[in-house]
This record gives sequence, C-alpha cells and structure tokens, in this order.
Amino acid sequence: MIPPRFDYEAPATLEEAIGLLQRHGDQAKVLSGGQSLLPLLKLRLSSVGMLVDLGHIPGLSYIEEEGGFLRIGGATRECELERSELIRTRYPLLTDTTLVIADPLVRNRATVGGNLAHADPANDHPATMLALGAEIVARGPKGKRTIPIDQFFRGPFETALEPDEILIEIRIPTPPARSGGSYLKLERKVGDYATVAVAAQVMLDAGGSIQAARIGLTSVAETPVRAEKAEAFLRGKRTAANILAEAGRLAAEAASPTADWKGSVEYKRDMVRVLTTRALAKAIERAGGK
Amino acid sequence: MATHEITVTVNGTPHRAEVESRLLLVHFIRDELRLTGTHIGCDTTHCGACTVLLDGEPVKSCTLLAVQADGGSITTVEGLARDGTLHPIQEGFWQEHGLQCGYCTPGMMMTSHALLQRNPQPSEEEIRRAISGNLCRCTGYVNIVKAVQYAAEKMAQPVTTQGL
Repeated sequence: MIPPRFDYEAPATLEEAIGLLQRHGDQAKVLSGGQSLLPLLKLRLSSVGMLVDLGHIPGLSYIEEEGGFLRIGGATRECELERSELIRTRYPLLTDTTLVIADPLVRNRATVGGNLAHADPANDHPATMLALGAEIVARGPKGKRTIPIDQFFRGPFETALEPDEILIEIRIPTPPARSGGSYLKLERKVGDYATVAVAAQVMLDAGGSIQAARIGLTSVAETPVRAEKAEAFLRGKRTAANILAEAGRLAAEAASPTADWKGSVEYKRDMVRVLTTRALAKAIERAGGK
Repeated sequence: MATHEITVTVNGTPHRAEVESRLLLVHFIRDELRLTGTHIGCDTTHCGACTVLLDGEPVKSCTLLAVQADGGSITTVEGLARDGTLHPIQEGFWQEHGLQCGYCTPGMMMTSHALLQRNPQPSEEEIRRAISGNLCRCTGYVNIVKAVQYAAEKMAQPVTTQGL
C-alpha cells in the first residue's frame, strides 16, 4: 500500500520544527516513530500535506530522574523504556505497559511521546500516565508549557496540544516509598489493541493500608479515563480481597465501552472489574503490601 | 512532487538515491535496489516479513519511509551470507527445518540475528518473545526456535573450530 503524496522535512532543531508547524498549519503533522501514523497514511484513513520528522532532532530521547520527577524525552522509543534498569526497578507499571505495546519490532521505532500525542483511546500509555499522575511538557512558538495529564486527552485522537506545539517530555512524579503499579491488558493475540486494559498505581501507608490509588482505563471510552470513584473508595482502606473486589466493581462503572467484534458492552465492563481487582492486587504486592 | 536525496548503506554498500517522500523503505529495497529477499507480507505492520536491520535493530520496513533511513545503515537477508558461506542463522534454519513455505524466513532471520547480537545465549522464552512480531503460518514456531538455538550454539563456538 502506498500513502497519498505529502511533503517531508527532517529539521535539525525543535525551533525549525515548530517553524514548519506554524508555516503549514493544519496541513502539517509531526512524525515521531511513525508506527501509528504511517499505517494510517498507507490505509488512506488520514492524509497530510507536510510531515515534520522529529527523528533528526537531538536531545529528545532520555530517561532520567531529576528534581522529584522521572523525565522521559518525547521521542524516547519503547524499546529504550523496556531496556531501562531504572524503569524496571522503580516504575514496573511502565515496564508492564511497554511490554504489551504491539510487538518488539514496532517497539524499536514507536515512541512514548507518539503513543500519547496520537491519543488513540486504545493506546496503552495514556491510561498508565493517568495512573502515574504524569504531566506533559509541550513546546510551541511561545515557549514551553506543562499540561497535567488529566487535561491532556480531549477526545479520540485529540489532545490539548496546539497544532504548532510538540510534546517534548513526559514528567512523572517520583513515587514515594511503599508505592507500586501494574498494567493488565486483555488482548485477543500478541500485539493487538486492548479489548480493555487497566493501569493501577497505589501508595501504602506505614500500616499497610492504601493511602492513595490511581486507576486508568484503556479502550473503554472516547478517551482514556480514570476510575475516580474506585480511587476515592480505596483511600484509607485495608488491602483486603473484598475491598479490591468493590474497587473493581466501581471501576467498571467508570467504563462506557462500545460493543464491537472484541466483545459486548457487558463483557468489556466485566473485564474492567476483573482486571482492576487483579491490577490492584499486583500493584499492592509490588508496593510491599499484602 | 517532493523528492529527497538520501544516502543509505545497504549490506555495506553505500547507495545514493532520489526518493519521493512517500516511498516506503521496503519498496526502496525491493524495487530500487532490486534486493527482493525482503518480503512484503501483510503490508499493515503486523507480520514482520519485511523486517530489516536499521542501524542494527530489526524494524518493519513497510512502516518506515525510505527518507527516514537517510544516513542509516541497513542489513537485509542478502547481507547475512559471506563469500558463499551461509551465516549460522541461515544454516540453523536449513538444518533444523525452520521453514516450510519460506515467506516469513528472511524477516525471522533478521530478527533472530539482532537477538543473538544483543543476547548470544537466549532462553527459549526470550527467543519466542523476540520473534513475537514475526508471524509464521506454517511451522508452529517449534523448528524456528530450534534454528535460533542452533545458530546460538554455532556462534558460541571458538572461531578455530568453525568449519571443521
């Protein structure tokens, strides 16, 4: 399959890239790893006048902890996240997530920033970043600004980014002691989009009770959503099985999936319930709780 | 029509070409360079038949623009054998019957090659995980795993005993 015609530039700096986005307005589109955008162009589900490739701009790929945040460069590839010792040991929720995104070949190109900016409600990082309480750093003609993740997703394939802004960094608050997370994805086969998936991040108090929990849901609404009622219910609770079961039930209420060939509304909602309960249990275990 | 001059090294040979923006890397490799060992399978980023190494890492060349590879180094299946001698990966697929129709084989071998560069003694699970982006509809993967294990063993042998 051959994509429709477009022009292409590979600027060497962010300033040039932003300049191109300004000049070409809604005709321009940012190309990062291209693992979602190129298939869309090939299937002619999308067209573009000017592709602005971030691939030759140095300094957009890094994973580091600094000043109370984990900072991930916007063009950091999934395979780099997967190989990172820091991520594996301190942010298991992120490792869980990257390992179920597409397949290893795709992950050699696909970027974390692209997964978020593309804003496909079936993408995996959005729910994870909701659970981690991340912030998006965007750079545009007027400089940098930070967008809380809760305000980032506006609709299917729609974000708070302006057309001339580029996602340059993801910032995740360093989890305090006794924190843990888990991402569980139900997929029909390896590399598939989620039927549903659940990201859970919990923080325990000194007594082993849940001090705070955040839960993000994939593929159950027009945007990734948080299961806020379940989060509120969990605050201050013991980590008993009946508590997690109730949180699962509340999380299912936050899901408004549509029926498709992967399952009925009832099935998907029930899978949210099941996966939420399991993801919470795993997150608690990783936080050192019981 | 937007075209770009690119320079890519393919199997050690530098190539300069004028390419259209939308030209996919796999079409550049097959149609311009006439290296048809790289196959097009699904053409939708699923099957991995088109896998090549870009700067040492396996990628799906149907999901990459030729212009994105500008300045890069590409290895295709034609780059595996040296001086008429099969690469241990190729020998493994031959000896262990790691193929039936052969359509997925070039992609399988490129992914396996990259795996062994990074991890010379992978476990069966690691092999299966590594090739999870390469689909085979004939073998059931059992002999493919054996082929990669064969290559790993062969490549671990001291150079002096190879070819004996």
